Amino acid sequence: MFRKRIPLLLTFIAGMLPILSFLFRGPALRDEDPTGNGILHVSDTFERWMVILAAAALLLGVVNVFQVNLRKISNRAQGWPYALVFLLALTITGFFGLWDAFSRASNTAWYAHAAYNWIVEAGFKPLQATMFSLLAFYVASAAFRAFRVRNVEAAILLAAALLIMLGVNPYVVRALPFLPDLTQWTLNIPNAAAQRGIIIGAALGAASMALRILIGIERSYLGLQKGE
Amino acid sequence: MESYRGSLARPGAALLWLALTAAPAAAQGGSGWGIREENVSALVLFIVFSIVIVVSIRLARMGRPLFVRRIAGLNAVEEAIGRSTELGRKVLYVPGIMSIDEVQTLASLAVLKHVAKHTAEYGTPLDVPNKDPLTFAAARETVKEAYLEAGRPDLFSDDIVHYITYDQFAYTAAVSGIMVREKPAANFLVGSFYAESLLLAEAGQGTGAIQIAGTAEVAQIPFFVVTCDYTLIGEELYAASAYLSREPVMLGSVKGQDFVKLMLLAWIVIGLLIATFFGNLALQGWLQPQ
Repeated sequence: MFRKRIPLLLTFIAGMLPILSFLFRGPALRDEDPTGNGILHVSDTFERWMVILAAAALLLGVVNVFQVNLRKISNRAQGWPYALVFLLALTITGFFGLWDAFSRASNTAWYAHAAYNWIVEAGFKPLQATMFSLLAFYVASAAFRAFRVRNVEAAILLAAALLIMLGVNPYVVRALPFLPDLTQWTLNIPNAAAQRGIIIGAALGAASMALRILIGIERSYLGLQKGE
Repeated sequence: MESYRGSLARPGAALLWLALTAAPAAAQGGSGWGIREENVSALVLFIVFSIVIVVSIRLARMGRPLFVRRIAGLNAVEEAIGRSTELGRKVLYVPGIMSIDEVQTLASLAVLKHVAKHTAEYGTPLDVPNKDPLTFAAARETVKEAYLEAGRPDLFSDDIVHYITYDQFAYTAAVSGIMVREKPAANFLVGSFYAESLLLAEAGQGTGAIQIAGTAEVAQIPFFVVTCDYTLIGEELYAASAYLSREPVMLGSVKGQDFVKLMLLAWIVIGLLIATFFGNLALQGWLQPQ
């Protein structure tokens, strides 16, 4: 009863609130905002509470990181040195982050902030930028594979891609002045039509899924078994 | 049908009906209750959509045969797991990078349950790295339950579903590392993805793994199409749980969704004709919720 009914009821209430707040208005719940929508206020409060849940879950995540990686190191499992680097980075960054957070008012605040800042600026951000910049190479390799003309669909894909790429190239545009208009037409008409088709289908799919969750038909995310 | 006896369909429908009828009535009483006039078109669509879906589910419950078109990506799920089993390598499942409040993540968890059930039955190793802590907690419960349902709770361990980090690119680096070092034979990238989609899919492609992706993020679909063997596009992702479970009640909701799509298509054509021949765009404002 409690394992099944309570989570489903909570899901229903939490799921209905944003819908009701979007469609209806209720009496204001706060004196400082007499014209406010009471339902929206409750819905927003629920949304803010999610931060508390996320913080608790994050703690669970950190514990799991230590458990899994310490086990990997002690078993000398495949890739254990990476697990060691991971744990060291987590511990050092966590230590300086907490020191920075808790020493704001003390005399050591400057050291803590400088150390944490250095880790973020000199270590974390360049690593992030490196990962993101890999996209340029991956786009090239994916395009190389996709543009091999093996069938009609691949030929159409290649033709469309060439049209778009050449249409924004200033040298080509100087030789073929009609190309930018053709490029824009391709983007605005066939491309937008296909995208809107996908968006409408996805929106209806999401709404259908949401309804299945609200009325309790879809429950696999709760870990409930069939028949429960 | 038996399995959904405990659902909230009846109390849910009653509550929904109460909300829909009580609010306008209360509005006349001047107590601050009322319909938000700017979103009345959304309310109409919501009511129509809900009725069509509920009726479709009811028809499915009555045993009316339902046809749902073949979705290649979902048919390939077992093939991908079977390949991993034959090669003795793990299955990698990435449930997207968003939290549990994203519908795509919930759809992904439903697919994860199906995948986990099969890996449990075949005794194939499964790896589910997570970026969001709430998704991590839900994924762990889902996989644990799938192993229990498959009758192999002994195969479940905390290492299967594990947390990595909340940072998008650090997570991408870690998952790419798993793909390159541990060479899973099947990669599932199902859920909500952003800039990391191509980084993950291309890293997996480089290892020769069979890749099944699914997302409703329009900007990421082309990346998955060119780098993965199968891609669930938009609505296919949301239909996945119904398609895989083959439960008539779930399939009924998918049929209802198709019917609403048909109604919307007709609505678009009617609007197009009105705008073209009569130049009347008054409906446009009504259809635009604030």
